[in-house]
Order: sequence, then structure tokens, then C-alpha cells
Amino acid sequence: MKPRTFAAFVGPSMFLMLLFIAAPLISVLSQSFYVTQSVFETVEVEVCTPGFLTQTCEIEQRTQPILDDDGNQVVNTEFVGWTSYRNVLRMGDAWDALSSFDWSKFQQIDFWKALRFTLTFTLITLPLAIGLGLLLAITVNNVTQALKGQIIFISLLPFIITPVIGALSIRWLFIGDGIMTALLEWWLQRDIAMFAQAWTIEVLMLFYRVWHVGPFAFVVFYAGLQTVNNDTLESAIIDGASRFERLRYVIIPHLMPLIVFVALIHLMDSYRVFEEIVGFASQAHVISLQWLTYDFLTPDEAGNRSVSRASASAMLTMVGIVILLIPLLRKTWKDHRSAH
Amino acid sequence: MSILRSALMAGMLAFVASGSWAACAYNNTIPVKSLSAGFEAWKAVTGAMSECGNVEAELDQEFRLKQPDAFAASPALYQIGGVSNSTLVPLLNAKTIRPLDDLIAKHGQNLRQNQLISVDGQIWAIAMMVNAQHLMYRSDILADLGIEVPSTYEELLAAAAKVAEANVVEYPLGGTWKPGFNIGIEFVNLYLGHGGEFFNDDLTPAINNETGVAVLNLLGEMKQYMDPEILVSDSTYVQQQFQQGKIAMANLWATRAAAMDDEAESTVVGKVVMAAAPNGSTRPSSTLWWDGIVIAANISDEEAEAAFQVALEGMDSEMVEANTEVAVWLIDGYVPGRLAAGAAATAANGALPYPASPQMGVMLNSLGNGVPAFVTGDKDAETTLADIEAEYLTKARESGLIE
Repeated sequence: MKPRTFAAFVGPSMFLMLLFIAAPLISVLSQSFYVTQSVFETVEVEVCTPGFLTQTCEIEQRTQPILDDDGNQVVNTEFVGWTSYRNVLRMGDAWDALSSFDWSKFQQIDFWKALRFTLTFTLITLPLAIGLGLLLAITVNNVTQALKGQIIFISLLPFIITPVIGALSIRWLFIGDGIMTALLEWWLQRDIAMFAQAWTIEVLMLFYRVWHVGPFAFVVFYAGLQTVNNDTLESAIIDGASRFERLRYVIIPHLMPLIVFVALIHLMDSYRVFEEIVGFASQAHVISLQWLTYDFLTPDEAGNRSVSRASASAMLTMVGIVILLIPLLRKTWKDHRSAH
Repeated sequence: MSILRSALMAGMLAFVASGSWAACAYNNTIPVKSLSAGFEAWKAVTGAMSECGNVEAELDQEFRLKQPDAFAASPALYQIGGVSNSTLVPLLNAKTIRPLDDLIAKHGQNLRQNQLISVDGQIWAIAMMVNAQHLMYRSDILADLGIEVPSTYEELLAAAAKVAEANVVEYPLGGTWKPGFNIGIEFVNLYLGHGGEFFNDDLTPAINNETGVAVLNLLGEMKQYMDPEILVSDSTYVQQQFQQGKIAMANLWATRAAAMDDEAESTVVGKVVMAAAPNGSTRPSSTLWWDGIVIAANISDEEAEAAFQVALEGMDSEMVEANTEVAVWLIDGYVPGRLAAGAAATAANGALPYPASPQMGVMLNSLGNGVPAFVTGDKDAETTLADIEAEYLTKARESGLIE
């Protein structure tokens, strides 16, 4: 391809990536180093509010932001360096807890609690999602032509459902005396409360995520299976290779680039786990890094929000994803190099 | 097909239009938009507003997330805002709402003094109802077991123990303990009920004390009579537990009272009685809230006048008479029924108004995120309170409230 043609094809996408990915990223990075504060004053004013029958008026000390002549809040933007990162990471407390081998104390710090869950969630769902996808793909590949369409349609359903809706459905099946909990209680003959402790919620979350992303892996692997070389498979059969050996030595190596691709996508997606936390209302027991960022950014009742800490937490999440992806990216790079 | 459809549409529009002006005293010509919470009372009020024509009402339980920015826009995206005493704070601080004195002088003859929210001599909001969390209990269960209506937390716990022993419901107590706003308010109510102060004079936090520890321990004692999944329980969850006969007592918002007698949903119609919030050591463990309307500052005076008139039309006696049970109204023409008894008694016993302010917003947020760790048993009381104070300090510094 001529360089000019190449540029014409790639240019628009590069421009949009710069505009919608790089620019916001730089903005977030800079916001994580600055804090913007309103300037407050305390004034003594009379405030009247309704009582049940009569009005109550009281002189109150009222804290309010100072407004300038145009009616805008007077704000102070200050460079704070790593302060917001320190406030999120709380390294001092974390180190104290770790050096005294106090895991539960370490897990009382929001960031580390969220990191612990996010990492276990990501790393446990990864093999399960790939395994489920592979299993589905191989099964569908081997069923009779007549059933294929229906099975593919049914397996794809979870993937089509909006994540939050899916999470809410699971929650309603299990919360309180939901249908599934009632069924489990009847089966095991004991009282079950799925949302009363962290581990049961986490199990539900893992189950939900694997159920939700399995079909994506399935579609990719199923497409890959259509390109397996039949001659190789037939010669493997002639050589006496069992079904498992054919899978292990012919099919999996053939699908390897696709497995790496699915793993990359899955790591990026599941490290940003968020819908499960909101859908299951699990904040008391389980939180994730993405939820932490969201929580910093959500204004409280009086409209204050922690933009700086939210930015710091977002940057840390991004750094985390990059670190997770390094081994896979290195592998792809090596394969790419050796192929040429 | 398309002709048929447009004919149908035209017919429906005509029907809506002709039906709509019947209940409104006049015909509104200036387009007006409102943004408010979505509970029953707001449905009633905005429904009555729409009857005047050209009114678009947005009902959203998460309205507070968009209201400050929507009102700061110029022109403002909504003319009418529905607020409570706590969500009024950001609007009032940014002065994105206008003083209503002139409009009240011109149109507000039917308003009662009690409805006018004034700060520093100017009126900023018109209240329509009061709200408070108060005790709701199953009168049949308490009568069967010979339990007096609990008026303190000691009595509440004793009553819960008896109900648990009799094993007549799944859980003796219910509660709005979902992390965030719900459990934050629960702590605020109990802490104020026990005579606590939230701040020192310099706005540094002051909750890590005996009162704070006592409140947390009280939560711990209540927990043993509650659903093990209490930390996902919000107002709707508690309401449904009542309706399905799963709990015997709970502190719940007055706006939920009507749902107990809703024959389509409730299995306990007429059996849930409203009583005052139990007392802490000092006063009732509840806070008084109001809901009402504000008018945006960044709109033309004509729009503001039209919006104000529409809002008054929505909050008139006619609306109240049609929706008596839905809320504890402040509007003229309201006759309190048995469902209002709880809120009335709570106010009469001396519950404080919710102390809305910027610092309280930060405190409520820190409490809402911090208290659950005590309930789950992850932290002891002192650590919980110390961590909440630390979180408050960080956020208050970040927003500029303290140095």
C-alpha cells in the first residue's frame, strides 16, 4: 500500500483516537496532580424551615462558598503533586499492616480491598471464560448440522443482554427468598442468605461474568475451528492420536493466537469490573477499582466530589491493566518477530 | 397504515389536551420543565402540574446527580426543581435558584407561612410535604404477644427479642441499611438521637467518641434480629418485607406508609401502625426532612413566573384532597389521617431537622461508606469511626471546607 493511501485510511481513526482517548487521558493525568477547591466562608443567618405544624426559624452558622461578582464560585486550583495518589493508596497504613502480617487490617484500606477483589476476579474468570468458550465451540462444531443454528443462538443470548440488566436479574434470582435461593434452601434443607457475606457474592459475580463473556470466546473460537486443516487432523487420526491428543497437539496450537486475543480483551474488560458491584449492591462486602473511581466522582448530597482522587484512582487502574497485559503483549510481539 | 397511525395519534393528543385543562385553573402557554425525585408524592404533584399544559416533568430518583449542573447551565435546563432540605444546599450555594419573594407576593396567596423556606431573609423554596423516618409496627403481632409500642431503643430491642422468641415472622426488625445514603442516615438519626455533635467549631469531625461507639454497638445489637442480607436493604426492600409479612418492626420513611395499605401489593392491609421514632438517650432518633420546589435563576422572568404558577397549581388543595394518603402534606386542605401519625408524633417529640450543609454532605458520604465495615464485622467500633473521620478529613480538605 502506498504511504499516502495508508495515511488516508488510518488518519481519521488516529485523529479520533487522539481526540477521544489521548486527550481525555492527559486531562485526567493532569487533574490527578491538581486539587480545585471552593473558597468557603461561614456566615450567621436566619434559616426558616417547616415544622410539622408551625415554622421553626433559627439563627445558624452557615458554611457557604464565596461567589464572585458574576455569581460564579471562587475556586483555587493548587498543584498537590502525589497527594491524591497518597490519599488513594495510603501506603503508610498499608505498609504497617503488611509488615505486621495483618491481612485483615490491610484489607480495610479501600484501594487494596478493591485491588484484591479486582485481581482475583480477573484471574479466576480468565481461564473459566476461555475454557467455557472452547468447550462450547468444540461441542457445537461436533453436533449435527440440524441443531447448530439453535444451539448457537441460545449460547449467544447471555452476550446480548446488557451487563447491568444481567447482573440485576441474577440478583433478583438470589436475593432474599428469590427463586434460586428458595430452590437451594429446599434442596439443601438449610437457610441460605447469598448476599449476607462476601464470598457468596463473589461466587455469584464470577458465575455471572463467565456466563456473560463465555459466548464471546465461543464465537471467536468457533470461527477459528472452521479453519483447522482437515488433512492434519486426518493424518493425526491415522497416526493413532486420540481425541484428546488431537485437541492438545493440533487444535489448541492452531487456536493459540485467538486464545491470546480473547485473553487480552478479557483482561482489559474484567479489570474494569463495575456492573456487578452496582447490580448486586455489594459495596458493603465487595468493591472494585472501577467502582472506587466512580464513588470518588459521585457528588454527595451537598454536591462535593473528589475529582482529584477519582483521577488518581483512574490512572492507577490504567497502570494496573497495562501491567497485566505486558506478558501477553510480549508473547504476541515475540511470535510476530519470529514469524518474519 | 401511516395515515391510520397519525390519525390515531392526533386523536390521542386531542384527548390528552382536552382532558388536561379541565383540572387546571388556566392554560399555560410557556413550555416548562421540571426535575425532581420520583416517589409517589412527586408523581401526584407533577401530574397535577401537567394538567396546565406545556409541562414536561422528569422524575428521577438520582436527580441530585444532575440537578446542580443542569441548573448552572445558562439558560437552565429545567425551570422547576424538586428538592429536599439536603439537595437544596448545592443549588443555594451556587445561587442557581432565584429568590421567590416577588412571585409569592403576586401569586402565593394560598401558601401557608409554614411552607416558606427562607435563608437570610429571602425565600428560596416552597415546601409541600414533610418526611421523617419513624417506627412502623405490626399491631396484630405486638398485641398478640402483649408488647407495648416501643418508645426507646432498649424497648425496641426487648420487643424484638420477644418477637424472635415467638417466631411469628421471619425477622423481628427491618432497616434501611444499604451502604451509602441509607445507612448513613441511620447513623445520623441515631447519633443525633443520642445527643451527638458531628463537628468541632473548625469543621473538623467529632464523631469518634462514646456516643459514636454507643450508636455502632446499637447497630450491632439490632443486627441480630435482622435479615442477614440487611446490607442490601433500602426503603423499597423494607417496604416489601412489611408487605409480605416478613418483618414486624422497622423505622421507615413516612412516604412509604401508604404502601402498607395498598391492597394490590400488601398482605398486611390495616395491620401496620405508625408510631413515633424510638427515642435515643436525648431525643427521637430521626430527622425531619421537607420536600418542595425551587425555581431556576438562569431563565427569563416570564418563564420563572409561568413555572411558579404551574408549580403552585401542582401543589394546590385539589391535588392534596385527591392524594391525601401519599405524604404528610404541608399544603392547605390536608387532613392528617392515621398514616401521618408517626411523622406527627416524631416531630412532636422533638426530632431535629436534618442539619443539611456542605460539611454534612461530606460526613454523610463518609458514614455511608464507612459504617458497613462495622456491621460486617471487618472493623471494630473505634477503627470504624477513626477511618470515617480520616475519610471526612481527606474529602473536606479536597473540597476546601477545612485547611
